[in-house]
Amino acid sequence: MGDIGSAFAEAAGLILAADRTLYGIVQLSLAVSMTAVAVATAIGLPLGALLAIRRFPGRQVLLVTLNALMGLPPVVVGLLVYLMLSRAGPLGDLGLLFTPEAMIIAQTILVIPIVAGLSRQVLEDAWREYEEQLRSLGATASTAAATLLWDTRYSLVTVVLAGFGRAAAEVGAVMIVGGNIDGVTRVMTTAISLETSKGDLPLALGLGMILLAAVFVINAAAQIIKSAAVRRYG
Amino acid sequence: MGLIARLAHVAYLVVALACAPIALAQRFITVASTTSTEQSGLFGHLLPIFEQKTGIDVRVVAVGTGQALDLGRRGDADVVFVHARAAEEEFLREGYGVQRYPVMYNDFVVIGPKADPAGISGSADTLDAFRKIAGAGAAFVSRGDRSGTHIAELALWEAAGIDIDNEKGPWYRATGQGMGPALNTASALNAYILADRGTWLAFSNRGELEILVEGDRRLMNQYGVILVNPERHPHVKRAEGQAFIDWLLSPEGQAAIAAFEIGGEQLFFPNAGEPGV
Amino acid sequence: MLPLILENVSFAAGGRTIIDGVSFELAAGPRTVILGPNGAGKSVLMRLCHGLLSPTAGRIDWRGTRDERRPRAQAMVFQRPVMLRRSALGNVTYGLKLANVPKAERERRARAVLDAVGLGAVGDRPARVLSGGEQQKLALARAWALEPEVLFLDEPTANLDPGATREVERIVGDIHSSGTKIVMTTHNLGQARRLADEILFMSAGRLAEHAPVERFFAQPATAEAAAFIKGELPWD
Repeated sequence: MGDIGSAFAEAAGLILAADRTLYGIVQLSLAVSMTAVAVATAIGLPLGALLAIRRFPGRQVLLVTLNALMGLPPVVVGLLVYLMLSRAGPLGDLGLLFTPEAMIIAQTILVIPIVAGLSRQVLEDAWREYEEQLRSLGATASTAAATLLWDTRYSLVTVVLAGFGRAAAEVGAVMIVGGNIDGVTRVMTTAISLETSKGDLPLALGLGMILLAAVFVINAAAQIIKSAAVRRYG
Repeated sequence: MGLIARLAHVAYLVVALACAPIALAQRFITVASTTSTEQSGLFGHLLPIFEQKTGIDVRVVAVGTGQALDLGRRGDADVVFVHARAAEEEFLREGYGVQRYPVMYNDFVVIGPKADPAGISGSADTLDAFRKIAGAGAAFVSRGDRSGTHIAELALWEAAGIDIDNEKGPWYRATGQGMGPALNTASALNAYILADRGTWLAFSNRGELEILVEGDRRLMNQYGVILVNPERHPHVKRAEGQAFIDWLLSPEGQAAIAAFEIGGEQLFFPNAGEPGV
Repeated sequence: MLPLILENVSFAAGGRTIIDGVSFELAAGPRTVILGPNGAGKSVLMRLCHGLLSPTAGRIDWRGTRDERRPRAQAMVFQRPVMLRRSALGNVTYGLKLANVPKAERERRARAVLDAVGLGAVGDRPARVLSGGEQQKLALARAWALEPEVLFLDEPTANLDPGATREVERIVGDIHSSGTKIVMTTHNLGQARRLADEILFMSAGRLAEHAPVERFFAQPATAEAAAFIKGELPWD
């Protein structure tokens, strides 16, 4: 319990001191995870819509695979991306290893199955309700997909937040492909891991609390926007 | 993945510009080094001096010695800076490095619980201490991760006449972790452990542990620096990497190493140019 | 597009025959009501005509020429209205947009048709907060705005109270007056008598009778029709 008390004190101290290194780390964490979620959403939502609306041979296998990929271990993704981006690997010439871009790539791969899989479920339920009416009005598959995505937007916000939670919380992938380089690829989770391994547990816990607070603020903001929109548009 | 890479790059630039500029596209080298060097705080002390002098940003990826040398083999680092002479010389023999230069040494210490069930405290003979630990079946935590520390530990068992692979019992815990986490484990288990002095001095979660054996010549831990061979990996930043190595070996760099202290104690002892290490 | 001709159309699903060898012709003009007990296949027949389902046997032909003035030649109103998560006006303009009506004209037509069905005051409210009756009127408005040649209605008042039912029937009449062919299903005899010009009577997947409304009710030609009119036909 004493550790948790010291952790609060550490966290408060860091924030009040407006520690520049800390702010840089928080900024980088949010930039990396939000960018990854944005890219993953751009890819995952259309994929989810496609799977919800279209029937094709092998669809069941694809759905099972997608659901399984939601549980991809981050460290495995990190390892695979590392092997691809390493100079000895196929994409080595891009020089992306140990950069924030590499971390974004790894987290994007982690988040795409979550966005696609969860949105597929939401959209499939909506399609069951809307299909006949939309087809009667003459909607093409792509128009129907766009309409469904807009109409289920509140549920989809939750899906995207789930993806963001996954990205912001993971350490395995960003550690391997980023290298936890001070001032360049050190993010909240890798910093916590480092301080833990140095035995500075109160500081590690303090950083953990700051990370939780940042994620909480983002979720709260999303909820506020959602409520306002529901009141206006129903 | 190429598409994702491009999208990621564009998206990241947009977001990063919106948040705050992070160091991109300046002169930098990638140095693969060990967790013990990073966690002691040495780089935090050394690198700003070098960067201010040359304008070259040094990016340290801190992993175990085995992984650091692997990064060099794959061309993912420009310089490797580790502490396992035999592994470094094999690295050179394989043609991945240009030349090895000794830079500095620190020492290992044998850490153990105050209660000292194996009775080794104050001994000047590390090999005897290890035999006593094995004989008593006292809890011992090993890095188990091909790091320089791990390699040194295995060499000590062998020199003590113990075939650790066959003779280890449940008392011997190979954790596969870095020095810090391994110390955490030893602290939690009240176990013996071989650690480098630097990480120990910076380690705060000590529990009942303290230094029991130190000062033996066998515990000396030599660091070497190697430029990754540009003939194997043409993209290696030869000029900047060599500049870093030259600085480490220079009187100025050596003095900076000696000036690094924790709690008034010097951690690393510069010995560039010393033969036979 | 009219007349619509069905030749020996059958539809089977899950091993069951739901529509069995149905043939008839729908001409422009008369209001057609498809009558029959629950399970007779009325809804499936509607969906086959509208094109939401494909027959497993037989042919469905629109023999007329396509009228280029009408943005969407057919429309359908379902038993349960499906509203998008936007305003009532937005639901109507959605259909117009799909029919490639130019943007400037969409809102004007939408507001006009909302007024015509009595929803002029609630055009800007979210469609989903409207009552069941209002939503069904909105569905009719959405379909009417398209100025379809044929309007299919599948038991449109089955879930509505008598007041809303009367309003819906009035609107259907107005739509017919504006030149749209009405094809409607119901199991309600009174409604059929009020709205139909001709009756298609379905029983167990077959077209049992096809007659003008007065003759159907005065002199049903089949035993099932007679039993249904008397209220004796058992539920399937």
